[in-house]
Parts: sequence; structure tokens; C-alpha cells
Amino acid sequence: MDSAKMLEMKGICKYFSGVKALNNVDLTVRKGEVHALLGENGAGKSTLIKILSGSLERDAGEIRFDGISRGKYSPQAAIAMGISVIYQELNLIPEMTVEENLSLGKELNRGVFLDRAAMSRRAVEIMKTFEIDIDIGAQVGRLSVAYQQMVEILKAMLNNSQLVVMDEPSATLTNSELKVLFRIIGELKQQGKSVIYISHRLEEIEEIADRVTILRDGEFVTTRDMCDVSMKELIHFMVGHEVSEEYPAPRAAQNEVVLSVSHLRNGRVRDVNFELHRGEILGIAGLVGAGRTEIARSIFGADRYEGEIRVHGEPVKMRTPKDGIRRRIALIPEDRKTQGALLDMTVAENMTISCLDSLSKGPFIRKKAERELVDQNIGKLRIRVSSPRQKIKNLSGGNQQKVIVTKWFATNSDIMLFDEPTRGIDVGAKHEIYEIMSSIVKSGKSIVMISSELPELIGMSDRILVMYEGQQMGILDEAEGEITQELIMTLASGKKE
Amino acid sequence: MKNNVTSERTMEFIKQNAIVLVLILEFIFFTINTDNFLSASNLFNVLRQVSTTGIVCVGMTFVMITGGIDLSVGAEVGLSVVVCASLMVNGWGILPACIAAILAAMLVGFINGLLVANVGIPSLIATLGTQTAVRGAVYIWTNCLPIFGFPEEFRVLGQGYILGVIPVPVVIMLCVLILAWVYINMTKYGRYTYAIGGNEEVTRLSGIKVKVMKNATYVISGFCAGLAGVILLSRLFSGQPRAGINYEMDAITAVVLGGVSVTGGAGRLSGVIVGFLIIGLLSNGFTMMGVNEYWQTFLKGIILLTAVGLDVRSVSRRKKQVVIDADSGGSAQ
Repeated sequence: MDSAKMLEMKGICKYFSGVKALNNVDLTVRKGEVHALLGENGAGKSTLIKILSGSLERDAGEIRFDGISRGKYSPQAAIAMGISVIYQELNLIPEMTVEENLSLGKELNRGVFLDRAAMSRRAVEIMKTFEIDIDIGAQVGRLSVAYQQMVEILKAMLNNSQLVVMDEPSATLTNSELKVLFRIIGELKQQGKSVIYISHRLEEIEEIADRVTILRDGEFVTTRDMCDVSMKELIHFMVGHEVSEEYPAPRAAQNEVVLSVSHLRNGRVRDVNFELHRGEILGIAGLVGAGRTEIARSIFGADRYEGEIRVHGEPVKMRTPKDGIRRRIALIPEDRKTQGALLDMTVAENMTISCLDSLSKGPFIRKKAERELVDQNIGKLRIRVSSPRQKIKNLSGGNQQKVIVTKWFATNSDIMLFDEPTRGIDVGAKHEIYEIMSSIVKSGKSIVMISSELPELIGMSDRILVMYEGQQMGILDEAEGEITQELIMTLASGKKE
Repeated sequence: MKNNVTSERTMEFIKQNAIVLVLILEFIFFTINTDNFLSASNLFNVLRQVSTTGIVCVGMTFVMITGGIDLSVGAEVGLSVVVCASLMVNGWGILPACIAAILAAMLVGFINGLLVANVGIPSLIATLGTQTAVRGAVYIWTNCLPIFGFPEEFRVLGQGYILGVIPVPVVIMLCVLILAWVYINMTKYGRYTYAIGGNEEVTRLSGIKVKVMKNATYVISGFCAGLAGVILLSRLFSGQPRAGINYEMDAITAVVLGGVSVTGGAGRLSGVIVGFLIIGLLSNGFTMMGVNEYWQTFLKGIILLTAVGLDVRSVSRRKKQVVIDADSGGSAQ
């Protein structure tokens, strides 16, 4: 194998309004190798790729591509240089045919007219090179995702790309489709092209990658040859050190079952079964897209589902969020800005939007009662606002989250579903959120906590349910000493013990 | 952070008062350039003229706060005019005829609501469709001929005065404004209306019946258009099948001018009042100056585009700010 360097990224730093997203990250990719990029959510993989593809500017660091040092460049320039990124959301135009998509931006002309015959010939040729059999006249939108992905790869080849970045290419593929993808990747290697392969699935990386670079919390951890590193080491590199005891870990679980879910199925998950006890924090672990959010949304009534949900032993059918609220269930969604907060409304209005029925006399809002409730909540959770009439969008992430939590105190919720409760919140405020969750369960309420941050999940949960690709891999019990990062990661990447 | 809040408040203050300034400038301009613009009789005349569009604007405000738009208000006015006129001609009493006319317009609003909230057609298209269909139905029904011959007492509604000076339609408009203000500012439904315009998904996840609430705004808009139609019929005293044409344009212009965002979620009734006063004074003043109607139409178009342009720009700036916050983890404290 030719070991000349195709890409060298050195000391890359990136800040978002003062917060470090990447700190001194190195990535070196050789010619003709498949290089895996590994890391948990938020480790900085996508930021690094965006810098490579030219869609983000780096704040510091050097990029050498094909032996030449590169300054600032645009996404167009990156493509011209020979860097192609295949994102999870494919960049194809579904209404156009395969050939039209392949030719887009590289049309061949005869005079002022398109030379359709030549473009078709070119498309057929590239198909042959990679031994792919797709009808070039087919409409792209009608192809399966796997085939669309192949079209995207071919498009990159027509651009004469030297480096192809694949961002989670396998997320939507079946096993046989994956084989075809791997064959194509092999073909690329043969031709001396390089591939950066991003995936959460360790077994795939084991199979396809030559070398691996691991990032954690925006920092470079290590680059290793795949043959020198074990799966266990990889997981350890990804999650870092053992969890320190900095979580309140309430451990307030009682015997009484408040929520039981059996055979829950929806568009994303199949056959989820669990029971939630009074005073318990049940964690849900899994990678993005494993179906964690969908479980919470179904229980709350935000999405359709099949299966049985019992609240306090009583079978219920949740059709709308209103049903969930009536059963005293609350959902604190993962994306505050689009699902949690009414950004243009005030703190007070956000706090009371779900309980106006009880604050109103007929249709009229009792402003005094509303005011009292809001003041009480602000005091109770020590929410830092200049006035209840301040718009919520002007608060910090932590304070926004607190407002959203109190919204559900007002509806007397006793089952609270927290989806990524500390995302986008700074460290100090995170602790306040943990304390709030702790006091919630100590008061006899129950919590389902979804989180991509294993330390906090382990620190807070009594039990942890692990999801993989919509499938429940198991429930680990703290009391039985089953909870370890390694075990969770193993289950979450689809491996049975 | 504190600075941000203050500067945001100042900006908002300037924005809200800029429109009042425009109204005052307009007032001065016409006072200087025409002879008896500033007479009490002319000003009441202006108020009477704006009362019908003003009422339509109130309904439009509700729809636009949720982020929708209602292009069918003009056709609803026409429908109300024709239903009321033909029922009276066919021997119905004044009150039953008026109520039936308003109900007819509300029914169209209800259909708009179903199309937008339940079927999921974008409001622009849905109400464009009902506008055309309803106007067509009115033409078919009347054969596009005006209807005459109503009881004399019916004149009171559009032409009468209270205490000898205040035109009845102005009083009706004030009542509608007060009711709307109460609904928007004092009831939970008003709160929900803003919430839907701010973020429909958050509102749904907060347990609010978004579809019902959205539908209600179109029914309210239908009610306002129906009421305006009845008043217009009384003023003109002839049932014109073409009544209310282009009302939607005036209403949308006034509402956007008054600070209601085209993307929903923001806006105040007080601003809308200023908005339709500006439009009303413009028509009146220009007519008195002898500027012809073609120029007025042209100018209204320009005003609408300017107002929407300013609004869209400020919204996209706001959105950008949010995106930046989200990227940084929103932890600015």
C-alpha cells in the first residue's frame, strides 16, 4: 500500500462564540486507506468534517491536502480539490434521473445544447467501473436509500475526488446493502483513493477500516492501526475515564409500578418493554437514531404507537399530548429551541401554557393566580430572570430548561420524560438540573431520562435500558452492579454480550 | 446580556412608534395639501370608511398571528352582502337576514379552517381557492346583477349616527375591537393563538388543541368579514355581487403595517388600528387631492411590499440570532 499522505489536518481548533468545539485535533489520512473517525455524540466529528469540506472555517490549525498547504476554502473549492463528503441526508435531487443527477454541474454540451448521449455514455461507464447495476434513466427519488447512496458515491467519482468522506453511511442500510457498500469502498481503495468512514458501529469499523482516529469532547485522543487495537480499547478511548461521583444519585426507587410499557412499537422502535417505579430514574441509553426519543414521544402521546401502556395499572391509549398530560405525564423534549420553548413568548407565558385551564375562570386567565404561580416557580428553582415578562429566548440554556421543567410542575406531572435534559447547558447549570431531577424523584415522582452522555446517565439512573436500532437490548440494574460504560457501549453498538 | 435586553426594548419601542410617526406625518401632509381634510365631518367620514376594512382587519389579525393568511375575506364580504340582500328582498326581517349573512361567511371561514388545519393545505392556497369559489358562487347566484329594495330602517347600520355625530359603523367597529382585545389579551385562547404562531409543535406538545384553535381563527375572520359585509350593504344600500373585491389586500397591508409578523406569533391590535388608519387616511386624502384610484392601488402595493420586506428582514435576523445561540449551546450568561 502506498503510504503517502493524502490529508493532514494539524492542530485544528474551532470555537463557537467562545466555546471550544475542537481543540488541537489532528487527522492524517494516507493514500488508499479507509480511515475511521470515532467518537461519541458531541465529540466533534461533524465539526471536523465540516471544516474539511469547507462549510466551516477553522480558527487555528493547518490543512495539507495532496501535499499542498491549504488556506481558507469554500465547499465548492473543496470539491474542486477532490474532497467529497457524503452526508446522511443525501444531496440528490429526487425528481431527476440518475444520469441527470450524475451530470449536474458537469453537463456536456454540443454547441448550446446538452449532449445527452455523451452524458449517458459517461454515466454507464462509471457504473461499469464500479460494477453497479442501476438504470440511469430511473428517477432517483424512487431508488432505495442504498442505491441513492451509490449514486452519490459515483457522483463524487465523476468529480474526480481523491478523498471521500462518508458520514454514517450504514445508518439506513440492510446487511446485504452494506456488503455492496463495502465492495465499492474496496474498489475505491484499489484506485488509490482515500475514505474517511464515520460510524458508531464498531463491528463495521473493525471490518472495513485500516486505521482509526478517536475524538472525545473536541479533543484528539489517538490514532491507531486497526490491527493493533481491540474493541475494548476503542470503547475505552471513546468514553474516557471512569465516572467520578459527582451526581446526586438519588436512589429513591420504591416498589410501586407507576408506568408499564409492553410491546411498544412505532415507526422507529419494535417491542419495547419496561416498568417504571415510583421515585425511580430509568435511563435510556443508545446512539442517535436508536429510537430513544421515539419511546418517550409515544408514551407522551406525541406520536402514534402500537402496544400497551399502563399508567398506575390502568391501560390507557395516548392519542395526543393532551392525553399524556391528563395522565400526568410530562415531556421535556431534547431540542429546546424547536420543541421545548416558545422563544418569542415570555418566561411566564412559557411556564403556564400547559396549565392555563386550571388558571382560568371560564375563558379568562386569572392574571393574579398566574403571577403567583410563576413567582413561586421562579423562586423554587432559582431561575435567573430579570422579570417574568422577559422573553425566554434571552435566557441561558440552563434557565430555559428550568422554565420548561416548571411548566410541568404546574400540571402536577408525576411521570417526567427528560430527553437530553442537559444538552447545550454549561457545567454549573447541569448540576442544578441534576439536583432538580433528584428532588423530583425524592418527592415520589418518577423520571425517564434519555441521554447521550453516559457519565450523567450512569450517575443518575437506577436502571438503564439500552436501545440499538429500535431494538431493546436489555435493562441494566444499578443495584445488581450491572451498569458499566463498557457494557452499555457494547449493547448500544448492537453486540450481545 | 442586560445591554442586549435594553437595546432590544429600545428597538421595539422605535419600531412600534415608527408606525405612529408615519400616521402623524401622513396627517400633517394631507392637512397642508387639502382644504378641509382636518374637519370633524371629514374625519368621521374617514372613520366610517375604514370601519368595514377595520373590522375585516381584526379577523385577519387573528389568522395572521397564527402564521396563516386569509385571502378569502373579500369574497366573504361579497357573500355576506348578497345573502343579506336577497333574504331581505325575499321578505326576511332585517335581523334574521343579517345573522344568516354573517353565519354564511363564518361557514366559509370554517371550511378554510378545515382545509388549512385538518387537510393541511397552505393557508395562502386554501383561501385563494375558497376566495375564487365563493366569489364564483356569488356571481352564479345573482347572475352578477345588483340587488335592490330593502326596508328603510336598514340604513341605520351603515348610515346612521349615534348622538347625532358618531357614525354607527364606527361604534360597531369599536365594539369589535374591544371584544378582540379582550379575547387576545385576557383569555387563554388568545394566548394559544400567539403560541401557535410562535411554534406550532411546541404548542401541540403543551397539550393544546392546535387544529381547533387554528380553525377558530378562520371562523373569527369569517365573522368579521360577514359583519363588515352587512354594514357595507347598508351603506351602499345596493347588493353588489362585486362588493368586497380587494378587501384582502387592504386588510393584509394594514395588518402587516401594524406590526403583525407574516410568519406569525407577534403583533398587537393597537398596531393594527394604526395600520388601517394609515391606509384609510391615504385613500381619503388622495381622493381629496384628486389623485386617481389607479395611483392609489399602485401605492398600496408598494406599501405592502415595503412593510412585508421590513418584517421579513427583522424576522430573519431574529432567526439567525437563535441559530448562533443554538450552536454555542445557548449558554450565554
